[in-house]
Amino acid sequence: MTKKRIQSVIKHIVCILLCMTVIVPFYMVLINSFKSKADAARMNLSLPKEWLFSNYTEVIEKGNLVQGFMNSLLYALVATALGVVLCSMAAFVMCRKRTKLNVFLYYFVLCGLFFPVNYVTLVRVLSTLHLNDTRPGIILVFTSAMIPFCVFTIRNFITSVPVELDEAAVIDGAGPVSLFFRIIMPLLKPTMVTCFILQFMGVWSDFLTPLYLSSKSKLFPMTMAVYQFFGKNKNYWNYIFADIVLTCIPVIIVYMIGQKYIVGGMTSGAVKE
Amino acid sequence: MNKKKIYPQWFLIVPLVLYIVFFLLPSVMGVGYSFTDWNSRSVVNGTHFVGLQNYIEIFASDKNYLDGIGHTLMFTIVSNIIKLIPALLIAIMLQEGLRGKGFYRTMLYLPSILPFVIIGLIFKSILNYNNGLLNALLEACQLGFLKQKWLSDLGMVWKSIFGVDAWRGIGYVMTIFLAGLNTIPKSYYEAAQIDGANFWHRLRYVTLPMMTGSIMINLVFGITYGLKVFDIIYVLTNGGPGHATEVLTTYAFQLYSRGQYGMSTALNTILLVITAIVGVFIVKTLGKQEVQQ
Repeated sequence: MTKKRIQSVIKHIVCILLCMTVIVPFYMVLINSFKSKADAARMNLSLPKEWLFSNYTEVIEKGNLVQGFMNSLLYALVATALGVVLCSMAAFVMCRKRTKLNVFLYYFVLCGLFFPVNYVTLVRVLSTLHLNDTRPGIILVFTSAMIPFCVFTIRNFITSVPVELDEAAVIDGAGPVSLFFRIIMPLLKPTMVTCFILQFMGVWSDFLTPLYLSSKSKLFPMTMAVYQFFGKNKNYWNYIFADIVLTCIPVIIVYMIGQKYIVGGMTSGAVKE
Repeated sequence: MNKKKIYPQWFLIVPLVLYIVFFLLPSVMGVGYSFTDWNSRSVVNGTHFVGLQNYIEIFASDKNYLDGIGHTLMFTIVSNIIKLIPALLIAIMLQEGLRGKGFYRTMLYLPSILPFVIIGLIFKSILNYNNGLLNALLEACQLGFLKQKWLSDLGMVWKSIFGVDAWRGIGYVMTIFLAGLNTIPKSYYEAAQIDGANFWHRLRYVTLPMMTGSIMINLVFGITYGLKVFDIIYVLTNGGPGHATEVLTTYAFQLYSRGQYGMSTALNTILLVITAIVGVFIVKTLGKQEVQQ
């Protein structure tokens, strides 16, 4: 018994140490975001001599954060909502009507999980469509990028929804659209929420896409705004840290709310095999 | 039941069109443009077919592009090893009935939801030579001799990148492993225990064989991530010092911003080919495993 005790104490110590490596950097960022410029440049873990909440108002103004926040929110919400609904419709038909064509299309879409996007030619495609450097262009690119993952995840889930439901609904006189939106979609809620949360956080964190696709700072999402701010104010670590805190808060909130969906959805593939 | 009527094919159209126009088409066009001199002045001078010239430039010139390809492959292999093995051990440790498992998992997973730019900036500060937290902590522990120029010393910079990458990624890998471990029936371990199996025996003969699914998932995600890696390197070192940490994608971005679009698409095409080769390899191994089971 005592041997087990010691073992579990050691395990807890290891876990706590591991958690410390996560917590300490966050703590450092948070604490330094309230310091003066000179104190923050020392980047140590001591409490600020005087709590400068003004760093935050300052950085929101200087770093164009309101615009960045609105852009990020717009891109993430619209692109993800569009992507999840479109993909669930496609996944539904791909799963239920397994013609040769649909099976091929499914694997064809799955290729997108692996292959890299060629941004250089993507910019070219967008400018041909007059969508480069516009918000709709950026949103459509984000939506297309999430199609492989969403189709894969949602199709896996639909296999567990009984086909008899479809038949019953059709006998009761439902057309395909009302069948899908009124009967099937409510049942897909768990997997759709998972996709929504994962992709929302993905779009929020993405850096490469806006880096290639937006040359106007008015279109920058928060990640780009932060990076640009860092480039201009390399020595103002107090502002940079405040900027980091503000960019992290939305994702951390979404993570905390949606945690059970994230873990469940991410691992559904692993569990199945 | 008329399948055509209940499952209309037009449900597929919009996602397919988006996927083809914004994903497939650029890739195909990229292959084509990689044989041209497409650049920022092409609007005036036109784009010309130049054959393999871009590829000759990449493979035969002295401009380090080959190193970039090598770094990409090296990053893919090393970063996966560094993440998978510790993540598996941590997952096993958490799984064996530890109180507070949920809390530990939440904490360790947290870094992987944050934007890379943010993580890059945080670690740019932590790894700063003069004031950074890491060197300060080392000094406080009387370990000053371990202080390093983490991001500018040629011998150190890759290790720092791998460290930061592992810091971000281990929680994610671990979470997938935990789900895999959850599906192994307890009775298997009890049987092994009765047979007198120690920890390594149980790992070798029970855990690993039962975990092939989640190991494969982690490998597939990890490999595709590694080949496409960009953000973390761009923010931490921007390919420096010199060109020491340049990878395919950072070169591609540089060439793009210098207006050498043709060269940039050639690098992207090389990445595409590497991904395709690795993909075929993965699909074949997966297929074999299914046959064995």
